[in-house]
Amino acid sequence: MRSILTLSLVFSTIRLSTPLVWAAIGGLYSERSGVINIALEGLMLAGAFTAAAVTFYTRSPWAGVGAAMIAAAFFALLLAVVCIRFKANEVVAGTGINMLFLGLPAVLSGALFLSSGSTPQIPQDELLPTLSRLLPIAPQWRVLTDVSIVSFLALLVVGLTSYVLYRTPFGLRLRAVGENPEAADAAGIRVNRVRYAGVVLSGVLAGVGGAYLSIGQSSLFTRNMTAGRGYIALAALIFGKWRPVQTMLACVLFGFADALTIQMQGVVKLPSGEDVPVQFIQMIPYIVTIVVLAGFIGHSRAPGALGVPYDKES
Amino acid sequence: MKVLRDLLFPSMAVLCAFLAGALIVALVGDSPVETYRLLLGSAFSWPDGIGYTLFFATPLIFTGLAVAVALRGGLLNIGAEGQLYVAAFATAWIGITFANLPAVVLVPLCCVAAIAAGAVWGAIPGLLKARFGSHEVINTIMLNFVAVALVGYLTQYHYRMPGDPIMETTPIGSGAHIPRLGAFIPGLPARIPLNIAFLLALLSCWLVYVLLWKTKWGYEIRATGQNPAAAEYGGVSIRKEVVLTMAISGALAGMVGINEVLGYRYRYYDGFSDNYGFTGIAVALLGRNHPFGVVVAALLFAVLQRGGVPVDAFTQLVSKDIVLILQALVILFVAAEAAFRRGGRG
Repeated sequence: MRSILTLSLVFSTIRLSTPLVWAAIGGLYSERSGVINIALEGLMLAGAFTAAAVTFYTRSPWAGVGAAMIAAAFFALLLAVVCIRFKANEVVAGTGINMLFLGLPAVLSGALFLSSGSTPQIPQDELLPTLSRLLPIAPQWRVLTDVSIVSFLALLVVGLTSYVLYRTPFGLRLRAVGENPEAADAAGIRVNRVRYAGVVLSGVLAGVGGAYLSIGQSSLFTRNMTAGRGYIALAALIFGKWRPVQTMLACVLFGFADALTIQMQGVVKLPSGEDVPVQFIQMIPYIVTIVVLAGFIGHSRAPGALGVPYDKES
Repeated sequence: MKVLRDLLFPSMAVLCAFLAGALIVALVGDSPVETYRLLLGSAFSWPDGIGYTLFFATPLIFTGLAVAVALRGGLLNIGAEGQLYVAAFATAWIGITFANLPAVVLVPLCCVAAIAAGAVWGAIPGLLKARFGSHEVINTIMLNFVAVALVGYLTQYHYRMPGDPIMETTPIGSGAHIPRLGAFIPGLPARIPLNIAFLLALLSCWLVYVLLWKTKWGYEIRATGQNPAAAEYGGVSIRKEVVLTMAISGALAGMVGINEVLGYRYRYYDGFSDNYGFTGIAVALLGRNHPFGVVVAALLFAVLQRGGVPVDAFTQLVSKDIVLILQALVILFVAAEAAFRRGGRG
């Protein structure tokens, strides 16, 4: 057992939880404002594809991340218009966005790169850098700073989100329209305007999470490369009770489970001499979420008006 | 007037989706006219076009019905994908385990396995909602992933032919095969996998119609969906309705396993579902949650799916993934439109 609990497991956990944290914190802005965001998966894919394509053309990962944020924000805005302006069912619309990004990147990459589903490989030095590459760090310490700048920024985003949510007027408004839009409206808050902001912010952050997948952790976009991470982020948001720090911890836990799966491959054996089936570890985040939702481990209460469109007249 | 409106709004949504899709095709640099000609035109040739289109429509009718029944009961079943995976595996499991039974016993047994497994997997989120009040949307999504992992494990570790590089089980007994329609229809070759599960799908539509509009059960499901508080006041147990509706929905999704395992591949093939569960949402919405509408919508999506093959082969740049984009756009336009209409009336 000892051989697998190493430094590499720690780094693997950081790497695997980074995209979850960005997407889950994104989802937090949307859901705290009262709009269910099932579309995190699709928004991440939008970010991942855009980042890879733009980085390939501009040779700058920063341009890639910027474009990913804009693209994912655009589609989050589309989701917001459909849900808020046209009062569509938020789950159905989110499913539509997710399906759109199973198809759209494949069609676009087919047209741009003549390959159905993936973008060309991006050279190592044009990917998002690690802290060791960015800062003048002595070689003996590099082993500790070998984390992506995006992982480091994720921590900042969590801190910033805590501050914004609980210490700023915008955060107060966000929570108010998510809990009790009628009261917020009576207090003079433009309910739907705040909700638009929440959903678009969720796109911006999920877009970064997606960009990290394609131009941070990997070096190209491949078809459906999120592989359910948007849904795990959603699960982490619920497990984290829609609070920033708890949500991050839930992401780290799910990232750890994922890292453990990879490390255990071929190393840890069952008493019978067989590999531990990866499928059982893969199930963990989903089962934990079901159990948490059922109220077995503490109670996870959704924002009061989650999923309820706001209609001033009614 | 109502029928007209029921036809008009979905048609408008499809038209808008196709126009937006044409824009994407044009942006990519291909001809929208040519793409749509390939996409829509290839479904009507005899026997391949029609045969495959009806074959593709079969699972979509089942999942569309599954989502529609749940929506009639006020529940959103995003879990048809997981339900059909569990059910297809259960179908194959019975077909493998009791391979030596005669067809008259084995086929019904396999069908019951498909229906029961789907019903159980659907009833779990129903029970969780009834007992703990946890939202069925999140639980059905989570159970999709659990289902895929579970059947993946069973296939990989217990039911795979030794040395087989493909993630699939050993074949089911020949007694579990159900006939392909080519056996009855002259000119329809047996290589086209359209089988009697298609007729079962049509029969299910009729049964769902009878259930929802001609029985007390169905009345209670619809009453719960429209106004749970009033239904409860009228003596309906909401908790029971939630579990029952989800079980029926799961059973319908599970019947995809009959088409896939007993009529097509004769084994469980991991990852066989081409997003049937999610496309079922589009089918149900477009079909106005009505069994007959579901058939029409499923046929439309099947035409697109069949058309994806020539689009891949004969266009310069567009790939068959344009079909996914069109389905997504239909979902978005229908979702936006339905609520828009409700707003207009209220």
